[in-house]
Amino acid sequence: MEELLKCENLSFSYENTGVIKGLSFSVARGDYLCIVGENGSGKSTLVKGLLGLKSAAEGKIEKTKALGSGCIGYLPQQTPAQKDFPASVYEVVISGRLSSRGFRPFYSAKDKKIAMDNIRRLGVEDLIRRSYRDLSGGQQQRVLLARALCAGSTLLLLDEPVTGLDPIVTEEMYRLIDELNKKEGITIIMVSHDINSAVKYASHILHLKYDNSFFGTTNEYIESPMGQYFFSK
Amino acid sequence: MSYLIEMFSYDFMLKALIGGVLVSLCASLLGVSLVLKRYSMIGDGLSHVGFGAFAIASALNLANITPVEFAIPIVVISAFFLLRVSENSKMKGDSAIAIISTSALAIGITVASMSTGMNTDINSYLFGSIIALTNKDLYLCVGLAVVVLIIFVLFYNKIFAVTFDESFAKATGTKAGIYNMVIALLTALTIVVGMKMMGSMLITSLIIFPAVTSMRVCHRFITVMICSAIISVTCFVAGLILSYVYSTPTGAGIVIVNLGAFLLFTAIGWVCDRINAKRYLK
Repeated sequence: MEELLKCENLSFSYENTGVIKGLSFSVARGDYLCIVGENGSGKSTLVKGLLGLKSAAEGKIEKTKALGSGCIGYLPQQTPAQKDFPASVYEVVISGRLSSRGFRPFYSAKDKKIAMDNIRRLGVEDLIRRSYRDLSGGQQQRVLLARALCAGSTLLLLDEPVTGLDPIVTEEMYRLIDELNKKEGITIIMVSHDINSAVKYASHILHLKYDNSFFGTTNEYIESPMGQYFFSK
Repeated sequence: MSYLIEMFSYDFMLKALIGGVLVSLCASLLGVSLVLKRYSMIGDGLSHVGFGAFAIASALNLANITPVEFAIPIVVISAFFLLRVSENSKMKGDSAIAIISTSALAIGITVASMSTGMNTDINSYLFGSIIALTNKDLYLCVGLAVVVLIIFVLFYNKIFAVTFDESFAKATGTKAGIYNMVIALLTALTIVVGMKMMGSMLITSLIIFPAVTSMRVCHRFITVMICSAIISVTCFVAGLILSYVYSTPTGAGIVIVNLGAFLLFTAIGWVCDRINAKRYLK
């Protein structure tokens, strides 16, 4: 498979303390990579690095041409301020097109079409006139996912997409992400707390642990000492 | 009607009307973004810093610098500083703002009482004065309003994105920091210009009330913006007229009208939510 992203001997520090050291991994088109690890193991730092918002202390992240601008869709963690934000679903989704606008101030017909396509793709067309703040947690995540796809649909970077959702909606969300990966061939990188679901859906696992991180396929992970440690419990 | 004509035949009332409408328009647009980003206390902090700067300026009694000109750079610098403090959460933003605003107030009062005493000047800085606007202030209002309107029309979509989700906006290549700074800068200018009329104790209401009021009823960002602007200007004009009719302080009158609008919209919003809830249940 064609490689999209490659990191070699990557190190990050946060407020002058190293959090990730000597990390190497790669992502190919169609992969479903789950990044797991304890709190403070540098998951968010790595996501910032992948998005180009934070530079590595050592090593670098190589993105191939297929991952140019307008190819990465990002689903950040929700902030408390967002939950009661007065904006229509349509306004939120189309804001994903902003990065491709440059200095042109208004959206074009093409932007509107892409927004509508993604709204349908995630099955939120009934909500289009509703206010974001009136939606349930699961519906809000779908809307944000549609926005992420508007920004880029080669690779989706999801930062803990199921936080705060109830078990049924969580399962629905995982299935939706799985469908985007399997049916539409969208490459997924997901940060998760939930190792069980990570193992169930992902093709690759990256378990962050300062200078002793694990990267490999899901089967390799289950067999590894790190995986064994979690599953023997 | 003839009463209104008489009222606005006074030069100072006309100036107050034009200046006030423009300032309320700016404040309401900036307010939507500030309130949604949970930055509304920055406005409050800045108005206190503004008071301190005005008090020092009038104590120094500088020959060729007006208090407004003296206050602008100080308040602008404080705006950037407060924004920084709110973003970095080492020290909690709200306590830092409280420290800065009370200190500025205390310094202002002390300087004022050491030089001229608590005269009418200080009183008008605190609670506003309708006759305070000079021609220079009026030009500043016009310039500010033009800049704010141009920015909000041309960069409306970016302002929405940065307000709604800063990390997403940053990740997709929007320079969120610049938009935050521009909004802080414009807020600082609006506060300094509006303070003379509204008073430093009351100017924050122009920023917060219209945004919060329109959010009671409106569900879309664009309608919140437009509604906020309309509410703000309407309340200002109503407050101005009422305070003239009853000879009460203008700033306070405007705030009371804003409070009335807020209560009215809260009631309307409550009723609308009930009706909508019933419709969705069906």
